[in-house]
Amino acid sequence: MKVLFALLAFLLLAPAARAVEPSERLSDPTLEARARALSEELRCLVCQNETIDESSAPLAHDLRVLLRERIAAGDTDAQALKFLTDRYGDFVLLKPPVEPATYLLWFGPIIVLLLAGSGALVYLRHRKAGAPVAPLSAAEEKRIERLLEEES
Amino acid sequence: MRRLLFLLPVALFVAVAVYFLLALNPNRDPTLVPSAMIDKPAPAFQLAGLDGGQGLALNALKGQVAVVNFFASWCEPCRDEHSLLMGLEKRIGVPVYGIAYKDKQPDTEHFLKQLGDPYHAIGVDESGRTAIDFGVYGVPETYVIDKEGRIRKRFVGPLNERQVTQELLPLVQQLQHS
Repeated sequence: MKVLFALLAFLLLAPAARAVEPSERLSDPTLEARARALSEELRCLVCQNETIDESSAPLAHDLRVLLRERIAAGDTDAQALKFLTDRYGDFVLLKPPVEPATYLLWFGPIIVLLLAGSGALVYLRHRKAGAPVAPLSAAEEKRIERLLEEES
Repeated sequence: MRRLLFLLPVALFVAVAVYFLLALNPNRDPTLVPSAMIDKPAPAFQLAGLDGGQGLALNALKGQVAVVNFFASWCEPCRDEHSLLMGLEKRIGVPVYGIAYKDKQPDTEHFLKQLGDPYHAIGVDESGRTAIDFGVYGVPETYVIDKEGRIRKRFVGPLNERQVTQELLPLVQQLQHS
């Protein structure tokens, strides 16, 4: 049992597995950090819900190496990203750019919130303005009294 | 006006239902990545050939409509489309070039000896860099390049008969006459 717990703790504490191999890393830590940050924003095209930083697909490996080559050659982050979007389109970006084709994606939630909010507002206002609740009739008052007596 | 407001949820439901229905179309592949290279000049490349072969360069393609097929001996779907590729050059009347993607040369040679060589010429892209320049994300992929050297169409995955007769053939004919 203890062993099991130890194993579990180990698994929970172990850092998330990354596919970046030591041989791929750049020797300059600042450049490597930039490459890491960029590769976490790039989608692996083979296993499409992983970043190229996580993926063990051969193409992801090639793209990581390529990205590091561009950065080592003096590309800015934007230039390195453009190199990839020129070939693979915005699809490689896990965070899509804000442009007419993606307006619905970015602003859709706000539009839905505004619609629902104004709907709720109209509804609430209507209810407040509605006719006041009619007072109880004498017979109803009597029935309540009876019921309360029965209760006690 | 009030009554129209009550129709709003119904209209929303219909819109969402139509969207889902389209998304569920069995012929639609949600993992398909649209090519960013359409109508752009094909990337320059200069690839060595298989042993004894002449190799392949972009300049050799210019001035004619051409089909470029990325393949590999280790790629199972490539075997699926191979029989279709065998007669393709004759059928469409333009050269079909092959680029061997991340493959060992003896393996490529064995593959072609076993199944036949459908290609006008073959380039060896062992590093896969030419493929990345084309925006290839898996083999097989097939590109149609026009006379000016622009990429006009990409087929992802093994070519099938329907794609050849309904898409590739009309496109090649149209490009040849333009």
